Amino acid sequence: MFFESVANIWNKYGGSIMGGVGNTMLIALIGTVMGLLIGLINGIIRTVPKSKNGFIRFIQSLINFIITAYVEIFRGTPMMVQAMLIFWGYAFASGGVTLPLIPSGIFIVSINTGAYITEIVRGGIISIDRGQFEGAASLGMNHFQTMTRVVIPQVMRNILPSVSNEFVINIKDTSVLNVIGVTELYYYANSAAKQSYKTFEAFAIACVIYFVLTFSITRLLRLVERLLEGKKNYTIFGSQTDPAAEIHVKEDE
Amino acid sequence: MMEPIIKVDHLVKNFGKNEILKDISFEVNKGDVISIIGSSGSGKSTMLRCINMLEEKTAGEILFHGKSIDGLKRSEYRSKAVMVFQQFNLFENMTVLKNCVIGQREVLKRDKEEAKNKALHYLEKVGMLPYINAKPKQLSGGQKQRVAIARALAMDPEVILFDEPTSALDPEMVGEVLSVIRSLAGSGLTMLIVTHEMTFARDVSDRVIFMDGGVIVEDDTPDVIFGSPKMPRTREFLTRILSQ
Ligand SMILES: Nc1ncnc2c1ncn2[C@@H]1O[C@H](COP(=O)(O)OP(=O)(O)O)[C@@H](O)[C@H]1O
Ligand SMILES: [Mg+2]
Repeated sequence: MFFESVANIWNKYGGSIMGGVGNTMLIALIGTVMGLLIGLINGIIRTVPKSKNGFIRFIQSLINFIITAYVEIFRGTPMMVQAMLIFWGYAFASGGVTLPLIPSGIFIVSINTGAYITEIVRGGIISIDRGQFEGAASLGMNHFQTMTRVVIPQVMRNILPSVSNEFVINIKDTSVLNVIGVTELYYYANSAAKQSYKTFEAFAIACVIYFVLTFSITRLLRLVERLLEGKKNYTIFGSQTDPAAEIHVKEDE
Repeated sequence: MMEPIIKVDHLVKNFGKNEILKDISFEVNKGDVISIIGSSGSGKSTMLRCINMLEEKTAGEILFHGKSIDGLKRSEYRSKAVMVFQQFNLFENMTVLKNCVIGQREVLKRDKEEAKNKALHYLEKVGMLPYINAKPKQLSGGQKQRVAIARALAMDPEVILFDEPTSALDPEMVGEVLSVIRSLAGSGLTMLIVTHEMTFARDVSDRVIFMDGGVIVEDDTPDVIFGSPKMPRTREFLTRILSQ
């Protein structure tokens, strides 16, 4: 009974739902990449050494304040509300013109993710040894060269798991974009439910698809992370059953 | 009389309320090999860092070929007075070769081929040619420091500032690094070397500067400093350190 009606919905709406999957993935992926870019740019700006010139120093503090405000506001409010505010705020300001939906969705996810990744990048930069900055500076490299050639590549490796995590979160959270009518997975599942009057079955399908997406992508990204980390084998010597035998875990280079 | 490459003139450096360097003056002439000795905390690193502009001086002047370094283009000046650190500070994300190429490419804007050849030349000089594709974390401390020296040399600097280049090394690796520096001293390179290796300081230096409590107590030839120091504080320090 249940499976029959699921099959019916799938036959009828499967095509549009899969189109929604495409949009969901597109928005989540581009949104995460753009968010990462925003985070890295903010990271580079925030670490610029304070100028000796009073006016420039004031501008620097102002920019840092704006970045902090951006991070706090976007992390402290729901993305669903941000979507409404940005989409309808633009319509309000432009006198009724609305933005195209998919680009709007990408924009909203990008700046929302950017706020989270700005903080992730900040932590990543703090964790880099000061000697890396000084080594570059001592040769004459400027801040931008130091960050892009030496620091950010090291930060990227450290933050990759967190950024992957943001991507997986975005796959799920793009669902809130249906409030402005973005045609992603949730949107099509919802219209299938409305049209067929089979709400439970339609969302059961959506649920399975979301899980398959996030689960497979989580595994995939973990594999990528492991490959980027390079060879790292753990050889275990000794016995796990005999407590008297010591177990050495050796990290091979 | 030739103009000194670097002239430190009444240099003062405070960290907050603490006066770390108090009225430091000395000159570095072309070809000079100057060892700087003194107990830990006497301000040796701070002085080198002021010269490399890693620290901002509080008062006084540092002149490079007669011009205040405050008025010079920072990146250009630093590439001419490069620093070699106690902790090596090699770029962890780059191979040995890339470590020695990056500064030339980014700062001196040398083309790829020239930068690579220069890097290979100096890596050979420090005996690290077989390791050009290794990453820093695969190297021993002594090897890292030799790469750091090649990285500095590849910039074709006028002065190299060494801050305790062998202090972070296991004893068996000190020799290989000192012998590299010794050969550089022989080649006429201008160097300032903060060191605790007294035999080395006596053998390679033209001059030895003894610092204590943020001042230069004595600045003289190694023969005088190690043979018959004029200041009681120098004698005290040497007696203490040589008896260890
Ligand atoms: N960034 C800093 N902030 C505050 N105090 C510092 C800083 N760097 C060095 N000092 C202080 O300056 C003094 C001299 O340090 P340093 O130049 O490292 O001496 P040395 O290299 O001769 O051992 C020490 O007392 C140290 O605690
Ligand atoms: Mg020191």
